[in-house]
Amino acid sequence: MRIEKIVKAGTVESSDISIILEPTEEDEIVVDLTSVVKHQYGASIEKTIRKILNKYNVTGVNVIANDRGALDCTIEARVETALERAGIEVDI
Amino acid sequence: MKNVLGREVPDFVPGYGKVTPFKGAFKNFPEEGKRKAAPLIKYAIPRYGNKVVNNLEEVFLKIGIKDGMTLSFHHHFRNGDKILTQVIDVAAKLGLKNLTVAASGIMLSHHGLVPHLKSGVVTHIDTNGLMGAVAEYIAKGKMENPIVIRSHGGRARAIEAGDLHIYVAFMGASCADIYGNMNGCEGNSIFGSIGYGILDSQYADYVVAVTDMVQEIPLSFISIPQTRVDYVVKLDTIGDSKGIATGTLSLTKDPIQLDIARNALKIVDALGFIKDGFSFQTGGGGPSIAFTKFLKDLVKERNIKAGFAMGGITATIVEMLEEGLLSHAYDTQSFDLYSAKSIRKNQNHIEVGCDFYASPFNNGCAVNGLDVCLIGAFEVDLDFNINCLTGMDGIARTGIGGNPDTAAGSKVSIVTANLIRSRVPTIVEKVHTLCTPGESVDVIVTDRGIAVNPLRQDLISTLTQKGIKLNTIEELKEIAENIVGVPEEIKTTDKVVAVIEYRDGTILDTIRQVKEN
Repeated sequence: MRIEKIVKAGTVESSDISIILEPTEEDEIVVDLTSVVKHQYGASIEKTIRKILNKYNVTGVNVIANDRGALDCTIEARVETALERAGIEVDI
Repeated sequence: MKNVLGREVPDFVPGYGKVTPFKGAFKNFPEEGKRKAAPLIKYAIPRYGNKVVNNLEEVFLKIGIKDGMTLSFHHHFRNGDKILTQVIDVAAKLGLKNLTVAASGIMLSHHGLVPHLKSGVVTHIDTNGLMGAVAEYIAKGKMENPIVIRSHGGRARAIEAGDLHIYVAFMGASCADIYGNMNGCEGNSIFGSIGYGILDSQYADYVVAVTDMVQEIPLSFISIPQTRVDYVVKLDTIGDSKGIATGTLSLTKDPIQLDIARNALKIVDALGFIKDGFSFQTGGGGPSIAFTKFLKDLVKERNIKAGFAMGGITATIVEMLEEGLLSHAYDTQSFDLYSAKSIRKNQNHIEVGCDFYASPFNNGCAVNGLDVCLIGAFEVDLDFNINCLTGMDGIARTGIGGNPDTAAGSKVSIVTANLIRSRVPTIVEKVHTLCTPGESVDVIVTDRGIAVNPLRQDLISTLTQKGIKLNTIEELKEIAENIVGVPEEIKTTDKVVAVIEYRDGTILDTIRQVKEN
């Protein structure tokens, strides 16, 4: 599944994550992550983002993630909300 | 080689010398028969009563400052300091190279030092801590030589032992007279105690008063006396008094930090310390400021009088002095303008140097008389070792202050910290940078539980009898990780960018270059 517009969810407040999804011509998912806890959780955050996109079979997207120490549940919720705003039906 | 804490330390550090690995908090002693370093003998011809020179360049030329020498600075202007970079700018202009900057702290306002590190004007740094642009530059491995980090007590020891030989001490003063007497509590740029500069001024080959206000003799309040001062130089600007109270010092409104402070006080009370003559050091972190405020209320309510307060002095401690709730305050650093002004007018508010405060190699420093100290930590590990220096990115964010000194000296040392900061747990398997050895760390108070070092069964038994719920440190670690997940370690290269010296002159740990990710 592909998205057709740029969408955004989340903020850069402490303990939140800002997620921007941007449609591309390619087939893969590219994650551009900025995080205050990148050393400790960078790999884990990217994995969580990909997990949600894969769950809804979304491809062809650039993810611009700006993380301020969000927990996994927050990351999942922000990605799902972004997808919903892109018109994808999510089970919330 | 590895020290007793299992930390890999180098055998030799350029510009520092041979490394003695850490052996234990009270296991390294001064060499028998060794004498302290001594300053140069000077003379001054009567009637030539004016030591004022026109500018810093003239100071450099008159003293004859050469390549490779050590210049020292105190950081009492904190993030308002404008002296260090002005002095090094002059050194650069005169073409000097390979200088050592021995500063009691490298602050945010010292970003102007970076170009001089790049160009080789400054090739060694000896400091209590660092932050901002200089810290980032060093963490990325851009300096050839590792920097040396010492606690306040350790720096005093190093100066007295001659390990840190200062050629010229550039001592910032808010007021000086034409014969070199100076203080930090009169004038337009006041900062209070000049405690971190006192040892520098006693042992340096040359001492320069750097001020924005020069008076006729005599100065009525003298922190560093004329007998130690060679020159006086007046600059247009030396520092911004507003900068001394930036950072950590306002009373927090954060309910979690207030809760931590209340719990820490509950522990101190349960241990029976709150009585006449109680001595404490609390410092300038969020929970510490709140703790001191609650302590003041409790001392008042119980109608008792505390003995002495040590360390960074804050307005609340000065209020305790003024209201008769505390006998004396020993001040190495005045954290706000209210305390900076108090030194001048309150004789029970006493300015002291770091030897008196915390040097382990004299007949007894003030921390040895502390009942309780509150210390901060970014990380505490399962052996109770503290990292109070490097942050989540592996880069130094502050100084180690007197953390290892007070922990070693006081009857009970209490860490106050949030269990989780921006997703990162405070309790970890191994701290990234070991600043204070766990054997002198007794209690950890977090927002989600309290743990006591198993070495202190006496405390565990008293607190349990008083009905205070304790966790093990392993439990605290698990509570945090259940919420935030297990963090990965910060990745580093093999390049050593800093060595951490314990107060007795042995090496605790190193900081390695952060690997970019």
